[in-house]
Amino acid sequence: MTTLTVAVRRRSAWRPAAGVLGVVALLVIVGFVVPAVFSVFWVRSFTTSAIYAIACAGVGLLYGRLGLVSLGQIALVGVGGWITLRLGYGTGLPYPILLLLAGAGTCVIGVMVGIPSLRLSGLNLAIVTLMFAGAFAIVFNATGFPNGGGGFLGRATGSVQRLALERPTLGRGDGGYFRYVLMVAALMFGLLALHVRSRPGRQWAAIRQSEAGALASGVDTTRSKLWALAVVSFTTGVAGGLLAANAGVLDPGNFGASESIVLFAVVLIGGAFSLLGGVLGGLLSQAFPSLLDEIGVNGNLILLVFGVGLVHAVSTAPQGIAGQLQGLAALVRRRVGALEDG
Amino acid sequence: MLEVRDLTVAFGGVKPLDGVTFRLDDAVCGLVGPNGAGKTTFFNCVSGFVRPSAGLIVADGTELLALTPHLRARWGLRRTFQQEQVIQALDAYDNVRVAADEFGASGHDVRDALAFVGLERVHRSGAALSMLERRLVEIARTVVGGPRVIMLDEPGAGLAEAETERLVALIREIPARYDAQVVLVDHDMELVASVCSTTAVLDFGRLIALGPTSEMLRDDTVRRAYLGTEEVLA
Repeated sequence: MTTLTVAVRRRSAWRPAAGVLGVVALLVIVGFVVPAVFSVFWVRSFTTSAIYAIACAGVGLLYGRLGLVSLGQIALVGVGGWITLRLGYGTGLPYPILLLLAGAGTCVIGVMVGIPSLRLSGLNLAIVTLMFAGAFAIVFNATGFPNGGGGFLGRATGSVQRLALERPTLGRGDGGYFRYVLMVAALMFGLLALHVRSRPGRQWAAIRQSEAGALASGVDTTRSKLWALAVVSFTTGVAGGLLAANAGVLDPGNFGASESIVLFAVVLIGGAFSLLGGVLGGLLSQAFPSLLDEIGVNGNLILLVFGVGLVHAVSTAPQGIAGQLQGLAALVRRRVGALEDG
Repeated sequence: MLEVRDLTVAFGGVKPLDGVTFRLDDAVCGLVGPNGAGKTTFFNCVSGFVRPSAGLIVADGTELLALTPHLRARWGLRRTFQQEQVIQALDAYDNVRVAADEFGASGHDVRDALAFVGLERVHRSGAALSMLERRLVEIARTVVGGPRVIMLDEPGAGLAEAETERLVALIREIPARYDAQVVLVDHDMELVASVCSTTAVLDFGRLIALGPTSEMLRDDTVRRAYLGTEEVLA
């Protein structure tokens, strides 16, 4: 279920169903075991890991499936967070509705940025999206995130009381919120997987192979790319909404343009060609720094580790850690099969 | 029926196509000419990848210039490229399905097209296919979902002799089976001679000859274009 590197073979119908059941079972186990075993520090770290995994899966889909380098994804997380906070204070809508609206709003912004920038590709697209991330970082810094005040920006200043967004009823505590995030992340991964496995995914594979070839097969490449951007912007916006409710407030310092580059790096290291790579990317970007923290290593060292990991990924393992894991799994299967055969 | 009138493509001062006018009526037609004659530019122009600076393209009574490449493909103008374009991440079946989705064809049509080209074990990934199998997948992609004009750009490139023979038999069958016209570019004159009843010859962006293939191969102008003039040879 998590390994979507190659085309789906038309197996018997129960196989995908069994895969989905397996993933659900795994999530239930993880959702209850992690809060029971780990300290609050680690539960929170895994919660943000799951949130960033959604953003990583989006980056991976754009790069791995379509060859689009977007360095602006952190800005979209920020947009989703901003919408959730502002509407959360302003309307008091139920949290799931807030998440949907955050996704929809981010989708609109993502597509608006995408329409002009999709005429570009490769390095040019990377630079334009990085500029976009930079511009949003400046806006976030200048305006701050909504904190319960009035007006469009929702900023409370002076003696007005600052508020934190409440977590959803189902996930008040840290363990509960971890499970909540896990569930939403699974839904977002499911949405992406569904796209990859159906008509849009086939179109993207055609575009990645050759844009001219895709056009000759009748694919409206611009529309197909915009659709990818829309879906990814939606899931990334939802990730922003989850992040907003995690602490109830957002800090502009976490949405700098450099964060977007780190996000792209961890996706390359984790593996851009499968959704498992998104999970690994999320863990690398959030849980790994916590680990360094725990063992008393300077947090800035993480950039060095990412740098080395990136060089390794680009030079020897273009499929990332996820690809290596899948290669290992295939090897074990072959060995086991060989043992059984003779 | 594919017709071009006064078709001109200019890249700056260079004119890969210079006022080309002809009409191809036969079921399987060839387009030949030495390197740089404008064959591929002609294909790119007709399929919408290159915008001509002047001229008209009419296929089956429809003016094609207003349509973008993917709309021309949906209309029924299908093409392959010199460089094979099989999608490596998808299996053979899905390679054809990508096109079938866009052309409003069903899963049955996909299987029919794959059976027509004779491709077995259709769930192998594109990356695992041999060159012949890739060419077959490409042909299946062009015939699925109501083709009208199919343009094959060097379909025999990179194939062994026996494989080319299989391709020839297949190309001959396309017009009757799918009610479509085939236009073929290839350097392999034997291939062209064996499947094309009519052949157009381009040289330096101009049409220098058009007629029955056997006559074209004997034509002095054509021989000179290919082999150079006697003075050069001497």
